[in-house]
Amino acid sequence: MSLPPAPRRSLFRWRPDQQWEGYLFLLPSLLGFAVFVILAVTMSLGISFTSWGLTGFRAFVGLDNYRALLRDPVFWQAVRNTAFYLVTIVPMQLALGLAMALALNQGLRATGVYRLIYFMPVVTTVVAGAIVFRLLLSNNGLINVWIQHFAQFTGLPVTPPNWLGSTRYARWAVVILTLWKNTGFTMVIYLAALQGVPRELTDAARVDGAGGWQRLRHVTLPMISSTTFFLFVYQAIGAFQLFTEPFVMTRGGPANSSLSVVQYIYLAAFRDIRMDKAAAMAWFLFIFIFAFTLIQNRLQRRWVYYETE
Amino acid sequence: MNLDDAAGVDGLGQETGPSAAGVDGLGRETGPSENGVRRSEMRTTRSQRLGRLALHAALIGFSVLMVAPFFAMLLVSLVPQQAFLAREFGLDQWTLSNYRETFRIVPFGRFYLNSAIVSVTVTVVQILISSLAAFAFARLRFRGRDAIFVLYLATLMIPFPVTVIPNFLIIKNLGWYDSYRALIVPALFSVFSTFLLRQYYRTLPMDLDEAARMDGASSLRIWAQIVLPLSGPVLAALAIFVFQGVWNDFLWPLVVTSSETMRTIPVGLAAFVGQYSTAWGLLMAGAVIALLPVLVIYIIAQKWFVQGITLSGMGGR
Repeated sequence: MSLPPAPRRSLFRWRPDQQWEGYLFLLPSLLGFAVFVILAVTMSLGISFTSWGLTGFRAFVGLDNYRALLRDPVFWQAVRNTAFYLVTIVPMQLALGLAMALALNQGLRATGVYRLIYFMPVVTTVVAGAIVFRLLLSNNGLINVWIQHFAQFTGLPVTPPNWLGSTRYARWAVVILTLWKNTGFTMVIYLAALQGVPRELTDAARVDGAGGWQRLRHVTLPMISSTTFFLFVYQAIGAFQLFTEPFVMTRGGPANSSLSVVQYIYLAAFRDIRMDKAAAMAWFLFIFIFAFTLIQNRLQRRWVYYETE
Repeated sequence: MNLDDAAGVDGLGQETGPSAAGVDGLGRETGPSENGVRRSEMRTTRSQRLGRLALHAALIGFSVLMVAPFFAMLLVSLVPQQAFLAREFGLDQWTLSNYRETFRIVPFGRFYLNSAIVSVTVTVVQILISSLAAFAFARLRFRGRDAIFVLYLATLMIPFPVTVIPNFLIIKNLGWYDSYRALIVPALFSVFSTFLLRQYYRTLPMDLDEAARMDGASSLRIWAQIVLPLSGPVLAALAIFVFQGVWNDFLWPLVVTSSETMRTIPVGLAAFVGQYSTAWGLLMAGAVIALLPVLVIYIIAQKWFVQGITLSGMGGR
């Protein structure tokens, strides 16, 4: 990144006061940053190396909290669940959001109305969404009624699952809620990217005889690959930090089958008052996210196309 | 970025040929004399029309899936529990009793007030603080500027759960637990907002500042009378993004409040679910009460919401 050029040291332009003025402008932000970010991060790291409970600091324990977590089956369950959320929610959301955006980008009428509707869940409180999906996914809820009708209609041997009460499907309930809530966001960003693809490119491909699928595969998708990369990383970081959805909808259950890592951090810190364990877990999460982002950054060179101006 | 309206989308995304043919072409043939219609494209009109119908069908299908939860919410909130259990949702069953009951047991008015106070204060002050810092980073020169900025950027990588525990302890030690200060103060500082505004401020020509300085303007004046007025749309977009985020925030208010009178809407609603987990009519009424104002504002100011979230979500690109 290039920075604005230094003012030339001519008699008329040189402003010695910029030195302290800069700090003055920065002061309010810097104060908050020092306390709620720098101090907080340092404290968090410090606490993770101590025994810290209801009464505060007890002893310095080195890496014990981290080692204990590695032996904690619930932690591994939460890690597995979070990995599940990552590999289901992120690709499904990108595919759905792209499909919606492509459909909306065809110059149909009423595009604005569709976009208004698809984006509605994005502005709603997750908690309200979780409440409704608890009802829709309950044993004789709307979704299971639909599945029953579908089974009767097609004669397929489909039995509606007990979404919220089974260790197998509770995670899917969280996935469904998250897709409903967030796909509109992906769609809107994709739509903005699609509108930036020059018409001449797709037109030229058409003249060369490329069909709709080929144009999408070889022209449109490469042109919006930087957006795909951004959405991929953004949604993945969101999936790593999933909290409200399982917290309200399934309470992490049954038998921790839908418990996310952040939810376990919350429970450790504020139910069990084990700040040390919770802090160590938060740093594990940081390492996961950091490693993931680093790997993606490496891999992006292979498939992301950046327009150079 | 063109997100202005449906017309913009239509205009850019047109597949082929005359949009007029698709518009009034549902039953009638559009004449070949019409402007912009080329003969070679007339042959494909029929398949195009079919394609459009299929697309509309798919889009309507998606819409039903997206709207069904809202619809279910409203419907269940309007009928009494017996009618719900008997699956009777007819008009004759409709009543507002769930709403009256919900307002009686849960102080939703108070939750609203809390959410409004917190969201408005945080949005205004956070943008003000971020804007000042962004101005310093983008347009002033002082020792250590770039080092501090790099430090800011580095912390963008740190997930919220890392800081939530120490910040809770800090708030507790300050004696701010379960107060507006706990909900507001830590949210006033945003590295992300600072970063976003700094990126934007860097795109404004430096000549403006230089000229103003020649005329004897102070930095504060340049910020207030040149930079701020030139960044209206970005500030509006960021404001909506921040407001929406604070209004819907769940984890932080859950952690730092305990009394019912300090709850924001999402936390109040979640506590309500904990207490009345199967009183569906009441729960849905609560959800409708929580959502209605936000949805109404969204539908009125849709363009701004979408713009704000797109722009901010993409880091100002």
